[in-house]
Amino acid sequence: MLTYVLRTLLRMAITLFLIVTLVFFATRLSGNPVDFVLGEGITKEDRDLLIAYYGLDSSIGTQYLRYLSSVFSGEFGLSFLERRPVSEIVLERAWPSLKLLLSAVCFTLVVSIPLGILAAIYRTSIIGSVVMVVAFLGYAVPSFIIGILLVLIFAYTLNWLPVIGDGTALHFIMPTLAISGMLVAAITRFTRNAMLDVLSQDYMRTARAKGLPEWIVILKHGLRNASITLLSVVGLQIAALAASGSVVVEAIFAWPGIGDLLVRSAILRDYPVLQFGVLSVAVAVIVINAVVDIAYAFADPRIRLAKG
Amino acid sequence: MTLPVLDVQDLKISFGAHEAVKGISFAIHARETLALVGESGSGKSATALSILRLIEREGGTIGGGRIVLTDGGRSHDLRNLSDAQLTALRGNAISMVFQEPMTSLNPVLKIGDQVGEVFIRHRKYDRRKAMKAAEEALDQVRIPDPARRLHQYPHELSGGLRQRVMIAMALACRPKLLICDEPTTALDVTTQAEILTLIRNLQAEIGMGVLFITHDMGVVAEIADRVVVLRNGEMMEEASVHDLFERPKAAYTKALMAATPKPGSGSSTRQAGTETVLEVEHLSTRFAGKSGLFSRNSSGVLAVNRVSLKVARGETLGLVGESGCGKSTLARSILHLIEPESGSVRLDGKVLNSSSKQALRETRKDMQMVFQDPYASLNPRLPVHELITEPARIHGLVSHKDQKELAADLVERVGLERDAINRFAHQFSGGQRQRLCIARALSVEPKLIIADEAVSALDVSIARQITDLMLELQRTEGLSFLFISHDIGVVERVSHRIAVMYKGEIVETGPTDRILKSPEHPYTRRLLSAVPSPVPKRRSAPPQLSTSLQVEVPSLAALA
Repeated sequence: MLTYVLRTLLRMAITLFLIVTLVFFATRLSGNPVDFVLGEGITKEDRDLLIAYYGLDSSIGTQYLRYLSSVFSGEFGLSFLERRPVSEIVLERAWPSLKLLLSAVCFTLVVSIPLGILAAIYRTSIIGSVVMVVAFLGYAVPSFIIGILLVLIFAYTLNWLPVIGDGTALHFIMPTLAISGMLVAAITRFTRNAMLDVLSQDYMRTARAKGLPEWIVILKHGLRNASITLLSVVGLQIAALAASGSVVVEAIFAWPGIGDLLVRSAILRDYPVLQFGVLSVAVAVIVINAVVDIAYAFADPRIRLAKG
Repeated sequence: MTLPVLDVQDLKISFGAHEAVKGISFAIHARETLALVGESGSGKSATALSILRLIEREGGTIGGGRIVLTDGGRSHDLRNLSDAQLTALRGNAISMVFQEPMTSLNPVLKIGDQVGEVFIRHRKYDRRKAMKAAEEALDQVRIPDPARRLHQYPHELSGGLRQRVMIAMALACRPKLLICDEPTTALDVTTQAEILTLIRNLQAEIGMGVLFITHDMGVVAEIADRVVVLRNGEMMEEASVHDLFERPKAAYTKALMAATPKPGSGSSTRQAGTETVLEVEHLSTRFAGKSGLFSRNSSGVLAVNRVSLKVARGETLGLVGESGCGKSTLARSILHLIEPESGSVRLDGKVLNSSSKQALRETRKDMQMVFQDPYASLNPRLPVHELITEPARIHGLVSHKDQKELAADLVERVGLERDAINRFAHQFSGGQRQRLCIARALSVEPKLIIADEAVSALDVSIARQITDLMLELQRTEGLSFLFISHDIGVVERVSHRIAVMYKGEIVETGPTDRILKSPEHPYTRRLLSAVPSPVPKRRSAPPQLSTSLQVEVPSLAALA
């Protein structure tokens, strides 16, 4: 188990390093950032001065090494627009994003796991078919469509829910639903498949032969096993969909989170913020994946108790 | 006259349009063991599951008849009970032990939880009391160190121990009826003998009726009082175990008896040649220890330990041993499918050398393997003529044009119709598939066939046909076989000589007769004493393994 954890952590470190590198080169691809920051009509001398100030006159290798050393010492520079450390700006935005993410994950799990179980148990009846059709549709509709539809119905037409910001609990409803749409669809399908695998196992028959009532057989013996496979999928899906979904959804609802910040910094060409923002999201995804990997191993006694 | 515990009258079960059980009747009294015998497809497992009323879950329906359980003076027809009444009976008055101990326990729940659950459900114990009861239940099935087992998971236990846990669960509430569905089929003979003795002793203690389902006449002779023989869902015969073995009435019963290998009935092999085909010298194979980023440099496990053996032309060497003793690893090492650590393999004088891929392929051509599972070892997407000529094509022995011709000859040699070559593997029965596997091996005209448990997954009568085919091929074509099996009865029938393997080493080799009649190594003696013999014994004197022998050579399962 210890080996497993260490190996997961090492893999995580390697991925992190690759992402740090990728972010560096990706931002260099779009030309000299100085040209975006400065307006027109700047003199050649001033431009050169600024390039030297940002260290952009040295070779790409030197820049990369300097970048690496600043990343590892926690120096991410100042925002072009706000003249504040980018880490400060991004961290302010992290908490609202996290709250929204948690709300979406809780909603997703509460809805999709029971639905998935139902779809598995009643796979041959109309209930199962209805759940799967709905799940399939949900998977096909992108989060920004759901978001816009929700706004049209509940804000403009019915005037029930607020649209902008994160002030009250009511503010959470629409963004949560918009992010969860695809997640619910995906997790319902995975739950159904995982349960179907488990339902035909020999130990389920053993549990019934013991005289256990059906709901104990399903929840204790079935779900316990299915949750091991589910865990890995749920973790990956949440990391992937939540990260991409929240960028769009936060923009729609002007949610003061990292997604909204990224979109704004990209439009305003605030590269230090964009760079650090992307890095933070990437780190969050990697950390979630690593946590899931370890949790997965921990949930399965066959891995947890393996020697080494 | 007391009522029987279970009285089944004219039971009919169908799966869709197929009628699996066509009106069978039997009764089981307290303290009595009724064996339900038959080959696959006979409806024996369907019968068992219908008594628990779990057959509906497997897609079956009970089409007619009565299943009457008598418990504490009250009788109910199980067909008329509600779901709630049924769950109250299951695991309580009727319980069941299944075939596969490896998959029948929940892998993510502790043993204590799984056994204790029964007490919580039926006896309304609280958790602490249930754990205490579970510990006693494990102790009752002679599981050593029961308190520690409560906190273990199924994967930490050997197959034999897991089956004991299953039995502990089944007997927790002292049922009136215990149904055992092939409970020892997946176990080694030594473990099987222990489990059979255990079931018999617990029956004497608890006094339940036992419905014992098996395909193995040897097991029937060991455990049953009365026997019902089933074939294709119909009752062929019902008799006391003595009458059945001494005066079988139905023709099918007689055929089943004849097909059952009887230890001591001698081998039906012909004189083998003297020229050596396979010569293995000091072969060792090591499995690396856990290798990983941070692993310590562990030396791993020596799965095959300095094994030497010889097989002559036209000879069959039987290789026996319990699961985990290294039989299959040895087979794979001989073919260099697993790279041996040291030692040499010579085939017809040529040394197998894995340093040259080309040379290795050349020599491998003369050695072919037939595996245990005829379902998994044939590619379902290839027609038979491609399937069985593939080795010949790989070795460039047949042109595309002649492929069908070769295939037709091959299927004919293994006793199938020539037009079988255009069909696919799934259109054949298990026995026919194993014939196809042999045909595939024959396609390159090998000198030696390594058969790794090649008949273990087959019904006895089919297994008999396959071993007869092997003997025939040996007689007409002078083939040599390395015949690996855990079933000593089968090995005896086909082998000139037997090698006994234990913990990676060959502990004894000798002519078949000598090994069976006067085994020298204590492990061989232990293995032989555990083999159920299809001769009914007096129930009052169950065969016991001598304790000294058990201490001397523990079964591999006990070491796990």
